[in-house]
Amino acid sequence: MSAETNTVESAAAATAAEGERRLNMIEAINEALDIMLARDPDVIVMGEDVGYFGGVFRATAGLQAKYGKTRVFDTPISECGIIGVAVGMGAYGLRPVPEIQFADYIYPGLDQLISEAARLRYRSAGDYTAPLTVRSPFGGGIFGGQTHSQSPEALFTHVAGLKTVIPSTPYDAKGLLIAAIEDNDPVIFFEPKRIYNGPFSGYYDQPVAPWKTHPDSLVPEGYYRIPLGSARVVRAGEAFTVLAYGTMVHVAEAVCRAKGVDAEIIDLRTLVPLDIKTIEASIAKTGRCLIVHEATRTSGFGAELAALVAERCFYHLEAPIVRVTGFDTPYPHSLEWAYFPGPVRIGEAIDTLLKD
Amino acid sequence: MAEPRSPGERAPAKPNRPALALHVPEPKYRPGDKVDFSHLEIPPAGAQPRPDESVHPSAIHDLAFGLIRVLGEDHHAHGPWNPRLDPETLRTMLGHMALVRAFDERMFRGQRQGKTSFYMKCTGEEATSVATAMALASDDMVFPSYRQQGILIARGYPLIDMINQIYSNRADKLKGRQLPIMYSSRAHSFFSISGNLATQCPQAVGWAMASAMRGDSRIAASWVGEGSTAEGDFHAACTFAAVYNAPVILNVINNQWAISSFSGFAGAERTTFAARGLGYGIAALRVDGNDALACYAAAAWAAARARGNHGPTIIEYFTYRAEGHSTSDDPSAYRSAQEREEWPLGDPINRLKQHLIAIGEWDEERHAAMDLACAEKVKATTKEAEKNGILGHGLHHPFHTMFEDVYEELPWHLQEQAEQAIRERIAKFGSERPFG
Repeated sequence: MSAETNTVESAAAATAAEGERRLNMIEAINEALDIMLARDPDVIVMGEDVGYFGGVFRATAGLQAKYGKTRVFDTPISECGIIGVAVGMGAYGLRPVPEIQFADYIYPGLDQLISEAARLRYRSAGDYTAPLTVRSPFGGGIFGGQTHSQSPEALFTHVAGLKTVIPSTPYDAKGLLIAAIEDNDPVIFFEPKRIYNGPFSGYYDQPVAPWKTHPDSLVPEGYYRIPLGSARVVRAGEAFTVLAYGTMVHVAEAVCRAKGVDAEIIDLRTLVPLDIKTIEASIAKTGRCLIVHEATRTSGFGAELAALVAERCFYHLEAPIVRVTGFDTPYPHSLEWAYFPGPVRIGEAIDTLLKD
Repeated sequence: MAEPRSPGERAPAKPNRPALALHVPEPKYRPGDKVDFSHLEIPPAGAQPRPDESVHPSAIHDLAFGLIRVLGEDHHAHGPWNPRLDPETLRTMLGHMALVRAFDERMFRGQRQGKTSFYMKCTGEEATSVATAMALASDDMVFPSYRQQGILIARGYPLIDMINQIYSNRADKLKGRQLPIMYSSRAHSFFSISGNLATQCPQAVGWAMASAMRGDSRIAASWVGEGSTAEGDFHAACTFAAVYNAPVILNVINNQWAISSFSGFAGAERTTFAARGLGYGIAALRVDGNDALACYAAAAWAAARARGNHGPTIIEYFTYRAEGHSTSDDPSAYRSAQEREEWPLGDPINRLKQHLIAIGEWDEERHAAMDLACAEKVKATTKEAEKNGILGHGLHHPFHTMFEDVYEELPWHLQEQAEQAIRERIAKFGSERPFG
C-alpha cells in the first residue's frame, strides 16, 4: 500500500514544475472541502463559526457563499449536538463533515462518537453507517494554553470502529481529507494547527519558514486522494527509524538534519488503520526505533507503536525503543516550550538510541 | 468577610444568614405504603383546546401543563382532540396493542426460562408507541428508545425477526451483536436502538434536518424516557431542533420511573417534561399516555406541524410503567405495589376496548378471541424462532462475523485477531466449529 502511495507522490512531485501552485495547509484543506462539496451533493460542512465567517482558522472560507447555507452552515456551541445530528444525517444518507473548533472541545461529543458513530455499522449489522469525517485542529505550540493545545488522538485510536488520520503537509492534507470524506467509516481528522501556516521545525526561537519553501506545498489542482492506512517515508536512512505524525514529523526532521544523523523518518499519516508493513520494513533495516509525539506520554499512541515494534520486530532491534512525548501534565500556557517535545528532548533521545 | 480556611470547611455561622439545606427528592410512596394519587390534576376528557398546527409555541403554554385527554369516564371520545378514527382503524390499534402485550408476556417468560439474557416489557405504555406510530407515515423515520416495540408491531415488522433478535440466534438479523430488544430495521424506517440513553434525540433532529435540506417530505421522531431527558443529548436535540426549525417530534415517555429513580430526579417536582419545550421555543403538548386516541391525536398534530414546516414539537406522554424496568430489577424493592392498581389513568388497552364497546364496534367475546389469537400467534412464532436457536444453546451466527462490520473492510489488525480467534476455536473444539 505504501509503495503505491509513494508512486502517487513521486508522480505528483514529477509534475510539479516551476510556477505551480503552492498552498499552505489551510488552503489545501479548504480546497479538499471545496472539491468534495462540488463532487458529492451528499457532503455537507457544519460547525461553530464555519459558515459566513469561514471558520476561526479560515478552513471553510468562501464555502458557504459558493454552496449555500444548507450545505455549509454554523451550528450551536454543542459538540454533543454537532456529532449527534451528524450521525442522524449520516443515517439519512448524507456524508457530513463536521468541524470541532478545537480538539480540546471534542469531549462533549465523545458519547456520540464512541458509542454511536463508531458502533453503528456493527450494532445494526450494516443496516446503518456513520460516514462522518470530524475535522478538528489539534496540538500546541501556539500559546493556546491547556484548552487549545491538546493532542487527544489516543482516545480515538482506542475505539474500535473509528479511523484516525493526521496529515503533516498541505499535499497530504488535501489527499487524505478527500479520502477521509469518501470513506464509509467515521474518521477523526486531526489537523496540526501549529503547521497550518508553515512546517514548524521545533526551534521556536527561530523564524518560521512558510509552506511555500517546502516541496510538499506543491498541491495539484483538482481531485486526488491518498489512501488511508498508508504511511509516507519522508526521508530514507540507515541509522534508525523515526515514527512520527503531524507537527512532530517536521520537528524530528529538523533535529536529525541538525545532528547530521542518517534517520529514516516515517510519517504515519493514519494511526488507525496503521501501515504496519512500512514500519516493519524500516525497523528490519535500521534496527532502532524512535517514536515521537506531542501528546502526553502515558497510554499515548507511542505506547501502542512501541508494543507493536517490540512484538513484531524484536529480533531486529539493536537498542531499546525510545519514546519522545509531551509530559504527563496539562499543556501549560507560559511554559508551553517546556512541555513541547522539542529539539533538546529529541536530540537527547537520539543520543540514547545510538549510544551503542 | 470571614471565608472558610480550606475547602470543605464550613464558614462560621452568621446569625443574619440562614443555613442552606439541600433538597434530595423522595417519591411519595415506598414499598408497603398506601397509595393515594388524588394530588394529580387530571382534567376531564375534551377540556383542552386544539390550536392550529401552525400556532406559535408561546401561544400554547397551557398545553404544556395540562393533560390532553379524549377518552372520558363514559368511554366516549370528547372534545377537539378526538381524532375521529374509523372503527376499523381503532380495532387495528387495539389489535397491535394486544399483540404487544401478549408478546411481552411470552418474551418475559422466555427470559425467566433461560432462553435469553434480558427483556423489557412496555406494559401500560403500549399506546405511546402503537398509537403514536400509527399517526406517522410508515416511511417517517423513528429513533426509538428501548421500550417502543409497539412501533415495530404497528409497522408490520415480522414477530419472528423480533424473537430471533431476542434469542441472538443464527437468524438474528443483527448477528447476535446487540442486547435483546435493541432492534434495527432500515426497511421499516426504524433506527438502530442504542443502550446509551438519549443519544437518539439529536440523531433524530439531524435526520430531520437532512430531510429538510433535501426538500423531502418525510419527518423524524424520537422517543426518550423522562429520566433520560436529564442527559445533555436531549437538550442538544432541543437546541438544534429549535435553531433549525427541524421537522421532528421529540416524544418524552413519562412513565414515572427510571429503574428505581422516580421522575423527581429528572425534575418533575418543579415542572412538567412538556414544559422543557417552552424555554427552547418548541411547541409542547402534555398528553394522557394511557389514552390511545389522545396519543394518536397529539402525534398527528405534531406530524402535521412538522410536515407543514412549522417546526418541532415536544410531547410528554403521562403514563405509568406497570412492570419493572427490565428483567434485571424487582420493582417491589423500591416502590409501592399499589401504585399500579391506583394509577388514575387506567390501562390503555382496556380504555380503548371499552371505547370500542361503547360505540357498538366491539364486545367481550371478540376481545377474548383476539387475546387468544395474539397468544397463539406469539406462541407459534416463538416455537418457529426456537428452531434457529436460543441464547447460549448453539446455532449462533458463524463466530467470525464478530470481526465484520467494525469497519467496512477488515483492517490487518482485525484480520490477525480473527486468525487468533480461529486458533482458539481449534484448540478448544478440535475444529473451527463455526456455529455456537
